[in-house]
Amino acid sequence: MEEIDLLLLFDAVLGFTLVWLAWQTLSSLDLFRAVVLFIAFGLLMALAWVRLDAPDVALAEATIGAGLTGALLLSALAQLSARQKHESETSLFLRLTLGVLMFFLLIGLGYIVFSLPPQALGLSVEVAKNIELSAVANPVTAVLINYRSYDTLLELGVLLLALLAVWSLGSASTRKSAFVNPVLDLLTRILVPVFILVSGYLLWVGAFAPGGAFQAGAVLAAAGVLLFLNDWHLESKYTGFALRSVLVIGLVMFIAIGFGFVFLDRVFLEYPPELAGGFILLIEAAASLSIGIILAALFLGRDPSVKSDSCSDIDTGVHK
Amino acid sequence: MIIDIVTGVLLLVGALFFLAGTLGLLRFPDVYTRLHALTKADNVGLGLIVIALMLQADSWFVVGKLLLIWILILLAGSGVAHLVASTAQKRGLKPWKK
Amino acid sequence: MTPVFLYALVGIVLFSIGLYGLILYKHLLRKILAINIMGSGVFLVMVALAARTEEGVPDAVPHAMVITGIVVAVSATALALALMLRVNEKTGQAVLPEDRET
Repeated sequence: MEEIDLLLLFDAVLGFTLVWLAWQTLSSLDLFRAVVLFIAFGLLMALAWVRLDAPDVALAEATIGAGLTGALLLSALAQLSARQKHESETSLFLRLTLGVLMFFLLIGLGYIVFSLPPQALGLSVEVAKNIELSAVANPVTAVLINYRSYDTLLELGVLLLALLAVWSLGSASTRKSAFVNPVLDLLTRILVPVFILVSGYLLWVGAFAPGGAFQAGAVLAAAGVLLFLNDWHLESKYTGFALRSVLVIGLVMFIAIGFGFVFLDRVFLEYPPELAGGFILLIEAAASLSIGIILAALFLGRDPSVKSDSCSDIDTGVHK
Repeated sequence: MIIDIVTGVLLLVGALFFLAGTLGLLRFPDVYTRLHALTKADNVGLGLIVIALMLQADSWFVVGKLLLIWILILLAGSGVAHLVASTAQKRGLKPWKK
Repeated sequence: MTPVFLYALVGIVLFSIGLYGLILYKHLLRKILAINIMGSGVFLVMVALAARTEEGVPDAVPHAMVITGIVVAVSATALALALMLRVNEKTGQAVLPEDRET
């Protein structure tokens, strides 16, 4: 009895800290402070996921939610000019009305959530019943790549679309090629091979323990971010077809395998149970490669094959 | 039984080191002293916690993984501390003098 | 109050705080932070409700959906930041035209 209460106390402290951090993130005057607090918020969310028995989500949140989003935010913040990092005053009336409205929203949502039954099996029974057929032991991986593989396929498409949209905006400004700190250089040289190994490990272990394609891809993306911070550039002979084929290989492999079995008298995205293990690994490997490269490219922000030493390319007619 | 007690003690002492580092972060006057307190205390604290967890591990594989985690955080923490300090120096932040 | 409902409550509060910040603040970076916080709140509610199973093995389908959601949120954030930087480049401030005070 004592032990359960202590854990609940921990949960209460964690929950309160999450809310407080979120509030401080939004209301802090300095944007840099806001971003740093947001990264801390993401890391504490990872703890909350662990408390809720969701280690795969915790891995994804720590790498993608806190790490990569934090890197993106800091990179964007550095490109904003310094003078406008402070928020102007907003009227008290507006804040009070909004506060009251949000309070009613909170009451309403609270009523909805708390009127749900305290115990509910959801789909866990069906997931567990068919786990043998799905050829992986980790239920989350089974759901991602097998039961709900269509969602994951579309998600790869969304990632690619986001990258295309970011590339189509042109480059805002190329990062100045400053002197790279030798400590950062050494750190990168040591860490990037470790990241690649860890990524492969996470991919392999995702079949029977927390891990999987998204977490592996995120670690690869972290390696990419580290390389970009050292002013590393992809050689121009690879930025054309080679880069683009690696970007799409996840989606293409998924669709190819999904359609391939249609010709053998199955439905789209139905794998035969004997071969499912191998094909799932193949799809996951291609997907994690794609996810890693896409996320790293999102951090870089511009198309590496486009040489831009002047301002953006889109509206040269109007701008110049 | 003894192992559990040792684990508990090591976890507590590690947490105390983290507390000390955070106290240094809040109370020290400038970037350099704060980095010093934070990196040193956190690395030692993490080392103690990792040793405590190693005592509870099921297999040597888990021990190896925990060791790898500690080494990686040691590398990353020290590297990042150096980068923050050198950037602060380039921006002209002078160390605090009495 | 079980841990499940505690975290669900935290998720709802985060959602409300995020929505408040999204409507109130003018700077685009704050709006992007607010959207991310709203997203985290929603994910927290989903995973908390997935932990309601009796045997201790949580329902895996919301976990997979939340992982998908985290990845989609980061790509949306990346695109939103790129758009914000374009707005900043064109107009000198990172606020939408209707919010700008001249």
